[in-house]
Amino acid sequence: MEKKFMGYRRENGRVGIRNHVIILPLDDLSNAACESVANNVKGTMALPHAYGRLQFGEDLELHFRTLIGTGCNPNVAAVIVIGIEPIWTDRIVQGIAKTGKPVAGFAIEKSGDFNTICAASKKAKEFVHYATEQQRVECETSELWVSTKCGESDTTSGIATNPTVGNAYDKLYANGNTILFGETTELTGGEHLVLERCANDQVRKDFQFYFDRYAKVVDDHKTNDLSDSQPTKGNIEGGLTTIEEKALGNIQKIGTKAPVVGALEKAVEPTGPGLWFQDSSSAAAEQVTLCAASGFVVHFFPTGQGNIIGNPILPVIKLCSNPRTLRTMSEHFDVDVSGLLRREINLDQAGDMALDMMLRTANGRHTAAEVLGHREFIMTKLYESA
Amino acid sequence: MAIDFLVHEAADGVGVAVVEGLSAGQEITGWVMKEDQTVTIKLLSDIPIGHKVALRDYAVGDTVIKYNTDIGKVVAPIKKGEHLHVHNVKTKRW
Repeated sequence: MEKKFMGYRRENGRVGIRNHVIILPLDDLSNAACESVANNVKGTMALPHAYGRLQFGEDLELHFRTLIGTGCNPNVAAVIVIGIEPIWTDRIVQGIAKTGKPVAGFAIEKSGDFNTICAASKKAKEFVHYATEQQRVECETSELWVSTKCGESDTTSGIATNPTVGNAYDKLYANGNTILFGETTELTGGEHLVLERCANDQVRKDFQFYFDRYAKVVDDHKTNDLSDSQPTKGNIEGGLTTIEEKALGNIQKIGTKAPVVGALEKAVEPTGPGLWFQDSSSAAAEQVTLCAASGFVVHFFPTGQGNIIGNPILPVIKLCSNPRTLRTMSEHFDVDVSGLLRREINLDQAGDMALDMMLRTANGRHTAAEVLGHREFIMTKLYESA
Repeated sequence: MAIDFLVHEAADGVGVAVVEGLSAGQEITGWVMKEDQTVTIKLLSDIPIGHKVALRDYAVGDTVIKYNTDIGKVVAPIKKGEHLHVHNVKTKRW
């Protein structure tokens, strides 16, 4: 693997591969103002979402962590935050300001949409001038934080595409990168394999806590064995029969070499290199949004039947080995490893193909999901608002 | 040799079709990835790409092994060469 690439070094020393100026709503009702600013000021991007009002407790904390983490992500050069009122808006601004990057907040109450949009647009224009003068500089490949999640998996995911990511993860681990996996319920049937990989008793205990906590959510709310949603209809169409089979394929993504050095709460950053587990939903957009909020800058997404998800700030690299999927929806894929199924390439070569695409993406190549405009920004909601 | 299906490990009781259009009556060739062995089987069902073929006979209550690990329980009898999926295998979880 190349040891260097060209990235954006941020004020706090972290390295990004994109240079976004984002217009971030605190809450659902500030989406319209954010979208207006993004329309006024070219080179900015609004990140509308559905929540932020009357949340409380751990759900509110997660909302704040997700917004702050998104703003802090090194793929973001500068941030405008707009909220209905100033206090929570400022909480997000202060959280992002710790990175040293430009950030400014605007509240709509006592101003209205028009005045807020005007003031925020002027500041956003300054931020675009700032961001567009940032230059890519030589960075260490090991500084890339890499996350993964599979979606619309089928049996080819477990045979070829997920092991491709696993091979890449083995090499990234040896290279000293920070790498992450999640999808808590989607480890069901293979959780013993993750436990065997945990570095020590504390990590085992933490992983077991998150696994049991999510299992309880399923137990408390299920009306059947989840066979209508996990595996998904797409998984079943693709040949996956049970959650156990899906989980055993899923786990191929973490390779065979790296110990799990820590188990993290949702939207919490890892504290060092190595392979981390993060508790998360297995719904693609929710998990990838959490990866972005946890500071990850590039994402491997293997798919079997063709999950088309992207993320506004975290480039999502799509890998596939299913020849039917590659034939019928080719515009969605960055890496074709179908040669594994035909025994034309081996896993080591496939892993190198994934890493080559990772570096091309880090150097600036836009992924298929970016080119197609897939910007799914989906907050994880833990329970009803008050 | 062209491969029609893959098997993760020799201990597994299922193979996965990796080409399109496999039909009942065909004799198909598979590769056991871990042990690097070649196996053949006569299909009793059509097997869509990505779907599984049983490599042995199963009775109700049997456990299906893939990745050398339990992936669920048999809920309807399955013959070697038949399609093994949600109509005859269910999760043991949840």
